[in-house]
Amino acid sequence: MHEMTIAVSIVDVVCKKAIKENAIKINNIILEIGELSGVMVDALEFCFEAATKNTIADGAQLKIHNIKAEAFCKSCNNNFSIESDFSPCPTCDNFNFEITKGKELTIKSFNID
Amino acid sequence: MCDTCGCGQPDEAVTIRKPGEDGHSHPHHHEHDHNHPHDHSYSHDHNREIVIETDILAKNNLIAERNRGFFEAKNIFVLNLVSSPGSGKTTLLEKTISTLKDKITCAVIEGDQQTMNDANRIDATGAAVVQVNTGTGCHLDSEMINQGSKRLELKNDSILFIENVGNLVCPALFDLGETHKVVIISVTEGDDKPHKYPTMFRVSDLCIINKTDLLPYVEFDVEKCKEYARQVNPNLKFIEISATKGDGMNTWTDWLLSNVQKQ
Repeated sequence: MHEMTIAVSIVDVVCKKAIKENAIKINNIILEIGELSGVMVDALEFCFEAATKNTIADGAQLKIHNIKAEAFCKSCNNNFSIESDFSPCPTCDNFNFEITKGKELTIKSFNID
Repeated sequence: MCDTCGCGQPDEAVTIRKPGEDGHSHPHHHEHDHNHPHDHSYSHDHNREIVIETDILAKNNLIAERNRGFFEAKNIFVLNLVSSPGSGKTTLLEKTISTLKDKITCAVIEGDQQTMNDANRIDATGAAVVQVNTGTGCHLDSEMINQGSKRLELKNDSILFIENVGNLVCPALFDLGETHKVVIISVTEGDDKPHKYPTMFRVSDLCIINKTDLLPYVEFDVEKCKEYARQVNPNLKFIEISATKGDGMNTWTDWLLSNVQKQ
């Protein structure tokens, strides 16, 4: 359940910054979570609510943009969308690729009063 | 509730102890600036958007890089051992430390939710060890390694083994400042583990297949396991070992020694 650690990190980072901005309330937080980041979005949403208790982010809405996984095949120099964790390059059937998108774990922005 | 700041984190959630010590440390370093009364009279702009573009794990990654710098400066080869519970990590460490005893100094940071059992086993080998008990936590983080390393008084030109909490999911995400992640799978598990838990196999550099002495009794296909793992990580290297019987141990200890010399 590392999603609890992730949720607490998000709340810590955002609250700290929001307090510097003299915020009294955080309305929403926007995240980018990649498909291959290793974070389960449902679990994160569940933990987020608990992590915001007694902070100025209590009641804030969590908006998550999912990022599709993409890779660059080093064998045939093609970019492709990764369908699963262990699917080969659709052009040359090799596993020799580099993941270029889908590992994101980013706080993009937040909205405050 | 935490006694230090009254926040929601449980008190003594994490303890770091050497064998024979009481667990009284308070190593979690959260900020104490949340939930303050807000009674000053600033004027507030409503509905403001603040763009930050920050990595969620930035704090962990920053401390991990500090750890890495410290280890590199002292030429310490650091391995983060990750696996399911019961793959034989502690036995592997006991045998490894005994084999390397006269060749190189080894130290260990043990991670478990509870008990000093593993640290006591390592202590019996004579290696320096601290036990991190994570309480309810499912992984070690870089701050725990930072604190644990300071307790160990690590020697130059040595090896530090970090035995992570037995869990093939969560530890994959947390950089500790190690040189390599080493994933251990035992032949009593399914050979399709790399497909079931791909993230861990993707972030590891070496895969140890342990308990090979049990292969005649189980339906574990070593080649199939390697093939599955290579599909997730084509650069993954493999060493097959029976830590209890000693098969393959030389390959492993040679790999360790050659890496320390290479640094």
